[in-house]
Amino acid sequence: MARQALNQTKITVLSRSSNESYARVAVAAFAAQLDPTVEELNDLKTAVSEAVTNCIVHAYPDTIGPIYITVSLFEEGLVQIRIRDKGRGIDDVKRAMEPLYTTGGEERAGLGFAVMESFTDKLRVRSTPYKGTTVTMEKVIRCR
Amino acid sequence: MPIRIESDGQTVTAYLSGEIDHHSAVAMRQAIDAHLVGGNATLLIMDFTDVTFMDSSGIGLVMGRYRQIKYNDGELHIQGTSPHIYKVMRIAGLERLAVIEKG
Ligand SMILES: Nc1ncnc2c1ncn2[C@@H]1O[C@H](COP(=O)(O)OP(=O)(O)O)[C@@H](O)[C@H]1O
Ligand SMILES: [Mg+2]
Repeated sequence: MARQALNQTKITVLSRSSNESYARVAVAAFAAQLDPTVEELNDLKTAVSEAVTNCIVHAYPDTIGPIYITVSLFEEGLVQIRIRDKGRGIDDVKRAMEPLYTTGGEERAGLGFAVMESFTDKLRVRSTPYKGTTVTMEKVIRCR
Repeated sequence: MPIRIESDGQTVTAYLSGEIDHHSAVAMRQAIDAHLVGGNATLLIMDFTDVTFMDSSGIGLVMGRYRQIKYNDGELHIQGTSPHIYKVMRIAGLERLAVIEKG
């Protein structure tokens, strides 16, 4: 049975690097209604920043395309963040998720997925080459 | 510019500020490299006291500068890391490349 979201927002941004900051702040502002700690908010912001940056850098390397962000809140403090692009896609998701793996050159650390993984409770990546990529992350905000 | 740099030729100190992401890291990299590349610096100090946010683009920034200073047989020191920044750095094992002073 599909879970029923208690609240939800959808944000679409273009893949411009100036939107990295906007996207993570917008998601954090929406999640703030769960009364997260500063650390939990920073974790969410960092994970979102990674996923959105990947759309900008990797999904649409030479074009500007849409990034679709859905934030859903469920019972018991569960936040689900879905970040989807219609970009180039990933042919080997497992390899892409390995720490230090990057196709991005010198200044990329290849640790985006590692950060998403360790800063959230659950990470799922689905991708189809030339169609796009969907990253879904879940994190439980502990009730204080 | 969210970066201030002091240099006496040997020691380059970079005071970073604001948010470090893929968008902002480019200008920071260029500013630091202007003092490192082709120079004789043997100590790079990166100060994160005024950094309010960092993602893995900051790791790339640190690792890239680490390579530059190693090229001169130099050392990298990192200071002023908040718990959030330290947590991000730990994922990359930066504490094994550089002396990190918290606080
Ligand atoms: N949305 C995406 N579209 C296409 N490729 C992607 C996407 N996200 C990640 N990748 C691929 O996965 C690799 C690893 O990503 P990541 O762990 O974030 O490291 P980095 O961004 O530093 O390269 C990228 O180098 C890229 O090849
Ligand atoms: Mg990345």
